[in-house]
Amino acid sequence: MAKRIDVSDLNIYYGSFRAVEGVNVSIEPRSITALIGPSGCGKSTFLRTLNRMHEVIPGARVEGKVVMDGQDLYGADTDPVTVRRQIGMVFQRPNPFPTMSIYENVAAGLRLNSVKMSKSDMDDLVERSLKGANLWEEVKDRLDRPGSGLSGGQQQRLCIARAIAVEPDVLLMDEPCSALDPISTLAIEDLMTELKERFTIVIVTHNMQQAARVSEQTGFFNLNGVGQPGRLIEFNPTEKIFSNPDVKATEDYISGRFG
Amino acid sequence: MSVQTPTPTTGASASTRPQQKHENALPRWVPLAVFAAGAALAALLSALTGFNVVLFVIYAVVLGTLAVYVVSRVAEGRRRATDRLVTSVVTAAFGIATVPLVALVWEVIGRGSERFDGEFFGASLQGIIGEGGGAYHALMGTLIITALTTALSVPIGLLAAIYLVEYAQGRLKRAITFFVDVMTGIPSIVAGLFAYALFVLIFGPGIRLGIMGAIALSVLMIPVVVRSAEEVLKLVPNELREASYALGVPKWRTITKVVLPTAIAGIGTGVTLAIARVIGETAPLLITVGITNATNFDPFDGRMATLPVYAYYQLTQPGVPPQFAIDRAWTAALLLIMLVMGLNVVARLISRFFAPKTGR
Amino acid sequence: MTATRTPSDQSTTKPPRRPGDRIFAGSAKGAGILILVILAGVAAFLMAEAFPALTAPAEEIPGEEGLVSYIAPLLFGTLLSAVIALVVATPLAVAIALFITHYAPRRMAQGLGYVVDLLAAIPSIVYGFWGIFWLAPKLVPFYRWLEENLGFIPLFAGPTSSTGRTMLTVGLVLAIMILPIISAISREVFRQVPTLHKEAALALGATRWEMIKMAVIPYGKSGIIGGAMLGLGRALGETMAVAIILSVSGGITFNLISSANPATIAANIALDFPESTGIDVNTLIASGLALFVITLAVNMLARWIVNRRADFSGAN
Repeated sequence: MAKRIDVSDLNIYYGSFRAVEGVNVSIEPRSITALIGPSGCGKSTFLRTLNRMHEVIPGARVEGKVVMDGQDLYGADTDPVTVRRQIGMVFQRPNPFPTMSIYENVAAGLRLNSVKMSKSDMDDLVERSLKGANLWEEVKDRLDRPGSGLSGGQQQRLCIARAIAVEPDVLLMDEPCSALDPISTLAIEDLMTELKERFTIVIVTHNMQQAARVSEQTGFFNLNGVGQPGRLIEFNPTEKIFSNPDVKATEDYISGRFG
Repeated sequence: MSVQTPTPTTGASASTRPQQKHENALPRWVPLAVFAAGAALAALLSALTGFNVVLFVIYAVVLGTLAVYVVSRVAEGRRRATDRLVTSVVTAAFGIATVPLVALVWEVIGRGSERFDGEFFGASLQGIIGEGGGAYHALMGTLIITALTTALSVPIGLLAAIYLVEYAQGRLKRAITFFVDVMTGIPSIVAGLFAYALFVLIFGPGIRLGIMGAIALSVLMIPVVVRSAEEVLKLVPNELREASYALGVPKWRTITKVVLPTAIAGIGTGVTLAIARVIGETAPLLITVGITNATNFDPFDGRMATLPVYAYYQLTQPGVPPQFAIDRAWTAALLLIMLVMGLNVVARLISRFFAPKTGR
Repeated sequence: MTATRTPSDQSTTKPPRRPGDRIFAGSAKGAGILILVILAGVAAFLMAEAFPALTAPAEEIPGEEGLVSYIAPLLFGTLLSAVIALVVATPLAVAIALFITHYAPRRMAQGLGYVVDLLAAIPSIVYGFWGIFWLAPKLVPFYRWLEENLGFIPLFAGPTSSTGRTMLTVGLVLAIMILPIISAISREVFRQVPTLHKEAALALGATRWEMIKMAVIPYGKSGIIGGAMLGLGRALGETMAVAIILSVSGGITFNLISSANPATIAANIALDFPESTGIDVNTLIASGLALFVITLAVNMLARWIVNRRADFSGAN
């Protein structure tokens, strides 16, 4: 559990368009790494390359290396499906499966892969995951109800429970709170600080206070202009980024001078 | 939308401010009253020329519309009058379209209920000359051939739709999409000739088999299934696919266990409507399956009776005296309409009750 | 795993795929290609079975004057009935589509749409029954009137058929049958007219009809044309209603209300095929091939028009 990720010389393309270029970064295990930057700078695109979700889009591809504890994620013999089992993801908008109950949603990662498991083991796993996502108390009496009947914040925690039920090493979160109200956001942030004991967490956020509150490391993405590729401008401990950044552009962005 | 002025003092204000004539819209009740007056005139006219419902309706619509136009032209000006004229014409067009529907259903129910009895559903035509007999064999034939058609068309159509939505790119996708659309326009008789030409090469001339009919109908049904399934699969949010991929679920399991269950209501509706489309097809069955008076449940052995072909032959070759066969033909037509309408209702129910639930 | 790979290497090597994925993707692609094969098969098998008729000596073809003079009147009948249907149905269908999209109360619109769609659900043989028993006799007095008052026009020269089983009756029934498809496509495009266009017209003080004339009709024109072409395709291939209603006695004539009418290709096949053997069957299949080619051309043109509009409207 909880592995480190080393990215070197990563270029990301949509067809012939280079969306992100030259990313070199090391993501520490058992910590939260936040990625910030203006819209369209490639931070979400970069996040999606870490578990090979990027290539789901037709024409999308990458150059460079992503290594997780010595395992080359883009190696010739690496199956993207296996990568995604090790690196879970939570999306911007809560997306529970509408045809499944709360219970089935949590069990989905195993059920959809036809993993054989006894009923009691599965019950344990669902309970453990829901407790891990701080949702158990709210839904334990209605596990057989549709997951889409929950509130937005609950749905997002259900999606987190679903992601941690397959016991990944890394958890990627793509603006997980942008569709939620402040109370639900706080609940998710608390949850993240608990989860970082067990997982490596990478979060993309537009909310700089959120990055400052939860993360240990922060990366700032920026682009020179429309049609230019995005770049990782600065990667430093969060405290340093928000108090004394190395790069002028980072300071401008954080102090609200642009973006 | 008729614009209403707060006070119905149209005439007075129109004369005081003639330059703004069109601003003085008639109150809502005036056009209706004028139309009614026109209709009354029409009633008078048709009473003078001998009363006839069809003529009365035509006179009423024409005279009523004309009256409204004239009054509006005088009171409101040319532009508004034209607007009202078009409103009447467009509404009348819809009314005209419902006439054949109502007349047809009425006629079929009236004539078809004559023989809508137990014997019709219980007996075949074997040994029947004149009175009695039924369409049991034809009903069963229709059910068997339609079931075979569905069994052939749904897997092919659904897989093709999955290919188009989930996998295909570039020229092959464009080609398949285009030709599926084109295929929906193949005349049904041509589909029948295709099945015949196919089997003639294998079994020799004069061949008639139930399975030939099923293949002919499949040519008509597959494109309908593809189109409807494609539409529904496109509606499945991409977020669900991504959620599944992110859990390390391979693409094919994502499609079979997430995408298809989410879309199942729409697919069910589409398939049901596709069945409704082919169950009444006559021409392809006429030339591939033929007709028989006996009951044959084996689609791989010889001629079978089917409801539409049965209805056709009962009407066009009734024998002597003809009335008994013609009655049977109408009852078969009624049964066909009931099957088609029933399938349409079922399709709507499927889409209503099996849609993914979001309730709390 | 530490070997560095060049970019080109990376873009060409495909990740290893699981057997489940390979089988599923393969069968889905197979089904897609099968559809193209079926369409090609329709053409190929029809050609194979039509071939004997194409090469047979003229006197062996029914009518003993060769394939061309056998098919010509049928083709004429097919086109004539379809054109009547199109001329009647198109304005009516467009008016219905306007009524449903712009005039009917919004809550009722969907229900009214279903009513028109129901016309498409009724099997063609039932239209045939209705046409010959209900509509045809009711039209006879109307035809008499046409003959007496407009008989100088060749179309209505008469003598009026006493049964009403005429080309005009067939055209009207076909018009009812293709009404739903034309109105469905028109409805679709009228609904896609950008609200901004319509509001711009209304803001200029246009009445509803002026708004429709300025914004809706120009925007939907190619959709209407495409829909009409699709309706034409349906009318060309319609079989049973024509076979039942039309009283056939060969010959090319523009007289729409007499009892002597040319058959249509499709109806002729339905009427003659069950009793035919030998070269007659091949002849019928050859006529079917001609019908297939015509409807294919009409449909491809129609789809091209509809799709071209979709590309430009940005509504996809």
